[in-house]
Amino acid sequence: MTFLGMPTAPRGVGRLRGDAPFPVAARAALTDTQLRRNIGHATETIRARRAALVAEMPDWEQLRRAGEAIKADTLARLPEVLVQLEEQVTAAGGTVHWARDAIEANAIVTSLVQATGADEVVKIKSMVTQEIGLNEALAAAGITAHETDLAELIVQLGHDRPSHIVVPAIHRNRTEIRDIFRRAMPGVRPDLTDDPPQLAEAARTYLRRKFLSARVAVSGANFAVAETGTVVIVESEGNGRMCLTLPEVLITVMGIEKVIPTFADLEVFLQLLPRSATGERMNPYTSMWTGVTAGDGPREFHLVLLDNGRTATLADPDGRAALHCIRCGACLNVCPVYERVGGHAYGSVYPGPIGAVITPQLTGVADNPDLPFASTLCGACFDACPVRIDIPSMLVHLRARAVASKGASLERGVFGAIAWTLRSPRRFSAAIRLARLGRLLGRRRDRISRLPWPLSRWTVARDAPRPPRQSLREWWRSRPTKPGAGE
Amino acid sequence: MTSARDEILARVRTALGPNPAPVTVLREYRRSSTMDNVIELFEDRLRDYGATVVHVTPDGVAAAVAEQVRGRVRVAPGLPWLESGPDGPHVGGVAVEVDDGGPAAELDAVDTAVTGAAAACAVTGTIVLDGSPDQGRRALTLVPDRHVCVVHSGQIVGAVPELLARLNPRAPLTFVSGPSATADIELQRVKGVHGPRQLVVIIVADTTGQ
Ligand code: SF4
Repeated sequence: MTFLGMPTAPRGVGRLRGDAPFPVAARAALTDTQLRRNIGHATETIRARRAALVAEMPDWEQLRRAGEAIKADTLARLPEVLVQLEEQVTAAGGTVHWARDAIEANAIVTSLVQATGADEVVKIKSMVTQEIGLNEALAAAGITAHETDLAELIVQLGHDRPSHIVVPAIHRNRTEIRDIFRRAMPGVRPDLTDDPPQLAEAARTYLRRKFLSARVAVSGANFAVAETGTVVIVESEGNGRMCLTLPEVLITVMGIEKVIPTFADLEVFLQLLPRSATGERMNPYTSMWTGVTAGDGPREFHLVLLDNGRTATLADPDGRAALHCIRCGACLNVCPVYERVGGHAYGSVYPGPIGAVITPQLTGVADNPDLPFASTLCGACFDACPVRIDIPSMLVHLRARAVASKGASLERGVFGAIAWTLRSPRRFSAAIRLARLGRLLGRRRDRISRLPWPLSRWTVARDAPRPPRQSLREWWRSRPTKPGAGE
Repeated sequence: MTSARDEILARVRTALGPNPAPVTVLREYRRSSTMDNVIELFEDRLRDYGATVVHVTPDGVAAAVAEQVRGRVRVAPGLPWLESGPDGPHVGGVAVEVDDGGPAAELDAVDTAVTGAAAACAVTGTIVLDGSPDQGRRALTLVPDRHVCVVHSGQIVGAVPELLARLNPRAPLTFVSGPSATADIELQRVKGVHGPRQLVVIIVADTTGQ
């Protein structure tokens, strides 16, 4: 399935498609009260912290607008900006590789690791390497990938899946983490308690030997600066610094949308990201490197630039702003649907509101037709987004694309999802409160106050985004009646 | 066969269409600050992160370093307060090793690293290291558990844009905002995972920094 003839992320590799459709997986998640309690507690904490630190910034709205504009400008000039990045990285002693999709990226990284003779790598938490299923590809080649971010370690040792893009083990509480460490961490003290500092200490001891002996590290990238060839990693624990500094060979995989034009653009994103992501004025560590530096850090640096459905996303003018995402997770933390079902139900490494708009575009909506419906359109995600991605409008647009691609077969799923979201009065009113708060914070354009039935029950008390060209009822009526039509 | 590079660039051009509309970036946010309490704010932010802050005058740096180091000490090769004596190098009378760029595993046996800094930012409580001789290679300030960092008052700016304007983008840069921490367990900031768990910032009240 393509959009304007652009290939999407291939099937059978990586983690963009779930085992069950969203409504089915969500219903299963709803029965897990421990999960809901863990996620509710964590998102509540982060929402409060984020709100306080955003309120500290008198120029927050101006920063958001600048962030949005820098991303839009970059995409509009993407070919020249990517070529400039390649030139600068190469001039600084790095090697740039291009990968059309997950399969190609995995093959490139695998052969780079094999060339070193190493049979293990240390990894920095990276969404993109999860998206392409890199660990599985490396394992198939006999290479062990050690996740070094604390939350990723919890997920890896627990044979689990990440459920949040910033805090992948958000669905686990401290007692569950202690149990996972006791069970699966080699050499862990048997009397380990669930005291967070003690859990952190256990990870420190366990990983230190790996850091000091690893010869190859694999990372993603938060930003890459075209003007200078500088790559940026934002982190907390120091595991990123270990991976970026100690091994001889560093391989960084990044989506082509992570490039930004100038070093000065970082002044916007380094203010937006930490406050939005973890509710901190600044995260403990940010590393920036340009190619290789003699006597300091890796001797070899490889940068893999990945498409995997990004150009297909770029081809849709009403969907491409999803590529502006800086992966802060704020939209997940404010989303009443995410809070209720957790990250796994989305079936993709990108859950929550951003997942509902980016995943179907990377895979083609035909492969994830339910995700655009995994939302109440309450608008909280737009208000929280540091780069002002209008997720609600995009969801409505993608619903139309999903209906066009799937035809009548989607009908049941749509009503199933809506009925399901409507079933909790408490969630309802929480969403409404959030949306009201959102309206106080910012004036909205392009909004309508009522949607036709059945969504009218949702919109009586708040605004919903204006569907781009047709009303919801119109596109619902005008949807193709034959499955497979359109797209 | 088309290379992946050419194919991806061609896809991008097709996706954008023939004449992508140019986008203007308005930078209406604050790019400079007019604070007069920069040092106070910097200290406040650092303490909030759980760092230790010490104030000294220029002639008190060596003594302050000597007081703040613990155990086996290694310093950046170009640390200005390094002195050589008959018993080897020392700072303020405390014996130190000078980092020689040897295997990083050796650093695991070191307790304290001592460096200068490239610049600092008050609003976010951030110190930046750029690999200059007074700051050393990145591993030096990463592997040992205690980092003592000397920052001159003239190196401290108000806001993030001013900080970035002072940096050389092509140097290996490390932004440090407090000791190593994680928020991965129930989203609480817990001090200390892989980087130094103790951060001591010695602020030198002078104007010779930069
Ligand atoms: S869409 Fe916006 S709020 Fe959501 S993760 Fe991306 S940048 Fe953050």
